[in-house]
Amino acid sequence: MTVRRAFVFVLFAVWVALLATTPFSGDNYTVRIAIQIAMYSALALSWNMIGGFTGYPSFATAAFFGLGCYIGALSQIAGAPTVVAWIVATAGVALFAAALGLIILRLKGHYFAIGSIAIVEVLRLVISSWSGLTGGGDGLNVPFLRGGPEFVSQLVLGVMLLIMVIAFAVTVWVDRGRLGFGLKCINQNEDAADMVGIDVTRYKIAAFVLSAFLCGTVGAVYASWVGYIDPTDSFSIVFTVKVAVMTILGGAGTVLGPVVGAAVFVVLEEYFWANFLAWNRAILGAIIVFLIFFLPGGILRLDYRHLWSQAKARHGRIGMAGGE
Amino acid sequence: MDVGQILANGIVLGALYACIAVGFSLVWGVLNVINMLHGSFIILGGYLTYFAWAYSGINPVVFLPVVALILYGLGFAVQYLFINKVVSAPVLTTLTLTFGLDMILYNVMTVVFTATPRRITLDLGSVDFFGVILPVDRVVGMALALILTGLLYAVMRTSKIGRAIVAVRMDRQAAELMGIRVNRIYAITFGIGALMAGAAGAVFAMVFPVTTNLTGAFLGKAFVICVIGGLGSVPGALVGGLALGIIESFSGYVLGPQHAITVGFVLMLILLVVRPTGLVGVKGYE
Repeated sequence: MTVRRAFVFVLFAVWVALLATTPFSGDNYTVRIAIQIAMYSALALSWNMIGGFTGYPSFATAAFFGLGCYIGALSQIAGAPTVVAWIVATAGVALFAAALGLIILRLKGHYFAIGSIAIVEVLRLVISSWSGLTGGGDGLNVPFLRGGPEFVSQLVLGVMLLIMVIAFAVTVWVDRGRLGFGLKCINQNEDAADMVGIDVTRYKIAAFVLSAFLCGTVGAVYASWVGYIDPTDSFSIVFTVKVAVMTILGGAGTVLGPVVGAAVFVVLEEYFWANFLAWNRAILGAIIVFLIFFLPGGILRLDYRHLWSQAKARHGRIGMAGGE
Repeated sequence: MDVGQILANGIVLGALYACIAVGFSLVWGVLNVINMLHGSFIILGGYLTYFAWAYSGINPVVFLPVVALILYGLGFAVQYLFINKVVSAPVLTTLTLTFGLDMILYNVMTVVFTATPRRITLDLGSVDFFGVILPVDRVVGMALALILTGLLYAVMRTSKIGRAIVAVRMDRQAAELMGIRVNRIYAITFGIGALMAGAAGAVFAMVFPVTTNLTGAFLGKAFVICVIGGLGSVPGALVGGLALGIIESFSGYVLGPQHAITVGFVLMLILLVVRPTGLVGVKGYE
């Protein structure tokens, strides 16, 4: 086990290092993809806390992300330094998630899913119609980061990678600790978990807040990076489902799965955007359908030994299957 | 504007909403699947009716049964080929799957029909009913929506298929033991859900412009109506639809139209927490 765990850490460290060196090895486009991979990895790792470990079908990621965008942007417009704005956004979203969790985590299954989708919609509608503060449907211009475009993208990449590493560290900590054990119990059978003395409400709220606060940071950094935000892009259901799909693609409830899923998905999406612009939404939909039927456990849960022996057997040699 | 007029507008809107939500509610209640395709089914029904009308010039009401049947076939096929394979999986799986299918259908519709808003114009004038003014096309739309909802109710109450659907909703295992082929009933139910969506879309296109951008809005309405009215029953969807129509109409007048939708969603969130069975729902169906 320890060897395997060390392997996971080494793999993750190499991957982060690889992403971090893109400004020196690749062009601006590569750096932009690296930023997106880091950003979605952080979001997918966050979603994994509630959707993977706890098994609650949350679609509130876009709510936390969008709220982070707006809190970050508004604090900067109010005169806060950039880093302070990012921290304010993180804290604000964490508080929001705690309060929301108290109410919404009482729901289960379909009702929880619908409730979390409704949160995204309500926030979008409120921010669209509160034009005095948020600029309404016209969106908001966010103060640009200082320095040239090259420096800015390097800075954003660094910050996003830092958030990704923090999200990974939190995931490892949760996975190994008491909290993760409790969450996995809740995933299997909530009533039984309650019966054996797990404080179900507190554990679920903890998971919800952990799944939210870094989305707030990512949102605020994203707003500073792109310089313009509007309600439709910040609070979108497609965005929310995308993050969940990335996690499932890699392997929900695993430590490395969200990172693998985010990387594969971002690269695939870039490829389809670039080559099949008119059909990119349908292609993403087809990927989702394929995923549900053929990779329900995600890339990391595939039984590679079994696949390997099957492939061998097909080539006419004597397979080594059934040896276990 | 006086209260009578606002109420009348709300009821007209509410009847259309009931028709929109009743299929969604049926699928959710019987299959335990949140059908993210529902909004696109409605728009597809609207577009098909519009183009049939625009090319032939015949009264669109004639095309309504045809469009409904096409949608039934599509719904049956989607359920039979895709959703039946994962129908007992957790919410996350079924919801994500229908969302993926919706992305495909949405994309196909945007490419084939383009996103231009289209509306069937019938120019029937308006009637003055004790000082309440209503355009005739809306009254016709409301009547059609109520007839369709009533028809579905009659089918569910009296036909053999309808009783089988209700039996599966109440207890899947028991229904299976009684000789009901559950997978077939699932496919038929999903087909009926799509049929009602298509018919609602056809009615909607006679009253309001339809465009692919509205799929999300329709889906949101269906969520809200199901939670307000309660799941899986025709009367639930009717009560939920009328309630939402009247609430939107009044809150639009008092707070301004841009807040009407927000009020609906907030009400839904409150009801979710306070009374998840809905206004006329029965416990145990959630």
